[in-house]
Amino acid sequence: MAKLILNRLSKSFETGGRPAVNDVSLTVREGGFLALLGPSGCGKTTVLRMIAGFEQPTDGSILLGERVLADASDMVAPEHRNMAMVFQSYALWPHMSVAENVGYPLKVRGVSGEKRQRKVREALAAVRLEGYADRRPADLSGGQRQRVALARCLVTEPDVVLLDEPLANLDRHLRQEMEETFREFHARSGATMIYVTHDQAEAMALATDVAVMSEGRLLQVATPEEIYARPEGRLVGGLVGLGTVLSLPLPHDDKRLLDWAALQAMLARSGNGPTADVLVRPQDVEVAPEGLPATVLSVLFEGERYALRLALPDGQAVRAFSRQPVKVGDQLSVVINSAWRL
Amino acid sequence: MTRASHRGNSQPRWLFPFVITVIFFLSALPLGRLAVTGIASATGGGARQMLGDPGLWQAVYNTLTTSFFGMIAAVVLGGGFALLLTLFDIRGKTALGFLFMLPTMIPPQVTALSWIGMTGPSSTLLKAIGMAPPLGSPQPLYSIGGIALLYGVQNAPLVYLSLRAGLLALPRDGVEAARLAGASSWQVLKDVILPLSLPGFTAGAAIAFVSCVGNFGIPAILGIPASIYTLPTLIYSKFASFGPGTFGDVSLLSALIGILSIVGLAVEERVLRGRDYRVIGLSGQVAVFRLGSWRWPAELGLWLTIFVILFMPLTALIASSLAPAYGVPLNTSTATLHAYREILFRQAVTRTAFTNSIGLSLATAFGLLVVTVLTGYFLVRGKSRFTRVISALAEIPYALPGIVLAVAFILLFAAPIPVIGVSIYGTIWIILIAYFSSFFAVSLKPVVSAFRQVDPSLEEAARLAGAGFSRRLRDILVPLVAPAAGASVILVFLIACNELTISALLWSAGTQTLGVAIYNLDDSGSFNLASALSVLVVIMVVAMMLALELMAKRLPKGVVPWRS
Repeated sequence: MAKLILNRLSKSFETGGRPAVNDVSLTVREGGFLALLGPSGCGKTTVLRMIAGFEQPTDGSILLGERVLADASDMVAPEHRNMAMVFQSYALWPHMSVAENVGYPLKVRGVSGEKRQRKVREALAAVRLEGYADRRPADLSGGQRQRVALARCLVTEPDVVLLDEPLANLDRHLRQEMEETFREFHARSGATMIYVTHDQAEAMALATDVAVMSEGRLLQVATPEEIYARPEGRLVGGLVGLGTVLSLPLPHDDKRLLDWAALQAMLARSGNGPTADVLVRPQDVEVAPEGLPATVLSVLFEGERYALRLALPDGQAVRAFSRQPVKVGDQLSVVINSAWRL
Repeated sequence: MTRASHRGNSQPRWLFPFVITVIFFLSALPLGRLAVTGIASATGGGARQMLGDPGLWQAVYNTLTTSFFGMIAAVVLGGGFALLLTLFDIRGKTALGFLFMLPTMIPPQVTALSWIGMTGPSSTLLKAIGMAPPLGSPQPLYSIGGIALLYGVQNAPLVYLSLRAGLLALPRDGVEAARLAGASSWQVLKDVILPLSLPGFTAGAAIAFVSCVGNFGIPAILGIPASIYTLPTLIYSKFASFGPGTFGDVSLLSALIGILSIVGLAVEERVLRGRDYRVIGLSGQVAVFRLGSWRWPAELGLWLTIFVILFMPLTALIASSLAPAYGVPLNTSTATLHAYREILFRQAVTRTAFTNSIGLSLATAFGLLVVTVLTGYFLVRGKSRFTRVISALAEIPYALPGIVLAVAFILLFAAPIPVIGVSIYGTIWIILIAYFSSFFAVSLKPVVSAFRQVDPSLEEAARLAGAGFSRRLRDILVPLVAPAAGASVILVFLIACNELTISALLWSAGTQTLGVAIYNLDDSGSFNLASALSVLVVIMVVAMMLALELMAKRLPKGVVPWRS
């Protein structure tokens, strides 16, 4: 195993338009778990399919350690890459039993007899499906199919495991269970994993690194904590975690983490000068006396709390939480404890 | 090991040349040869002489009138059935639909024979019930009207299918919205459903017209005795009186049929283009209207029609096959299985025909399957810009009337094949190659729709598992398309076994097919033997249709032609 390197990777399709993937450079460390996060159509699936070998880059290259997997002129066929993938549709072969599905990569590699059976049993045990070896995929639930697909990845010890929105078709309860399974799988196999998703909560919960993409470009790569606390630019700020982006007059210094004093100063200055984008997380907006006056625009009861949208005096809206019930139109006073300049 | 090509493509390198070669030999080469001969004789002196022949213009006129009236009859019959069975709460829809589809799968010469057995002075059936017209009175079906009527019966299912496909694609929510807007059932039908189903009507009518233009079996049996020639039967008679100018003449005649067909197909293509964009919203489930007190009369009418166009002719056919000789009255004491014994055990000609037809059909069905699985894979998964041209070229030989294709293959193989110097003209091989060409589209269609249904990720998963192309084909793709492949085999077998038009021109002593045998038996006056052979053919057709019907649930939509 070695690290996976994407070097200035680009992909344009013959249909024209802007490139699906545009100049993406990225290094996934050996044994890392990278989440590729972005809205649908941002090119994240195309990146994944290029890594798998289903698409050829039109520019740039993909390397696994020293070995060039693909560039614009040549590529290694998917069947010779020693990778595995969990597809959004799971891609289980309906005419084979669960054990046959899981054992197929071994069968193709010429592993047979007792050795193959043992490996299949181990893989099925790892996803807790020992008793399902002889079932057909059609007889399984969505979560079980997902685990069969995962077992199929486990069985050959691949260098890289690719996951294409694997939880998109599952309900909320199953998602949590499967997230746990993925984490376990990663810890156990030590494989480099690349996980495509449009769900930022999923990405943060699973990955050791998150790469945010938009319109074919890579915006930021960082740990989940880093990307939540210090997002780069408006797009990443809007995509990761809850929050509102305020447009405020440019502060005098270039400090990026702003406290209430700094914010108060910015909010007090009016004028048509240059502005900065400032990300405010709802948990940092506190209802407190001696704050800024704010009008309640909407209230949503979420069970453990109320989610509010508040209008500040200059008309911009922020999100906030409240333990107490409030009504639309109420006048509150709020303090913004902390904010991040994008 | 199969090396994948360098582009990010799943196909081995040999696949594209393979598909191109197949398409070239089965479609481009014969059609090109026909075009070359046609153009050569059109620019030569033969054309003027040919065009000055009043017989030619009479045949064109006959073809157009029979086809036009046949089309009208098909539209009335097929349209009525499609509207009633799709939109209204008729009981026994499946049975009615299946029975209505039967005539199109029964070979045309058998249809013609059975209707002759039902009408006219020597009808065994009419005699048995004492209703036969006096001897010497004319057989009413030996006329333009008779040919057109049978064209209508034979091709009504084509209109039915086309219209029904359109009706099933209607948006249910559109109908419901019209209802909520206050429209009555009648207004919904008149203002929403009929306007939206017009393309289905037009397309069905166009296909029916093309099918009539190319029909050989019906005018051969009904027209030739009364000296009514259509273009296909004129070609046949030109070959019967073979002369030095025959090749030039028939290639010109084929070109005429080809042009008429292309006009019809262009109309169909035009009205169906954009059908995908037209209907928005939920479709697939059609609102059913209640007929109320009209249900009984409507059902009675439908069953009566089935009785007249299907049961009566088939009963007449059976009656004729049981009669000891043509014209002898049939009753319990004269009924005999003599004709069956004769064709099954005594006549070498019919036994050869059985062997030839079944052998040819099996070879065509299974041989084509190998080719079409690879071609279908190429067409569905391929990113080649030739995909459209290739699928069009694959479709043309089947869309063209069989007689045109037969002429093309005669022209191609009349001389010994260059390089190897062997002549296959007059052997069974020329029929086999022509079948391959003609039924390529029939075999391809189910396979292509099955491949389209296979989620590409199933194959991608196999690639990542390490399986090369031949391995994936064996382990993943073929098992997944197997039901459709089975349907493809049965369909090709069914159509090839009943085929007359191609073999009528290509057969020679010892290579006659079932279609040819029936036609020759009738031509030589052995009406009861022809009828008995026809009965056996009908039984075979029904059996295979039932087999497909039983498979239908496991097949992709649109594979079984009479289900939609």
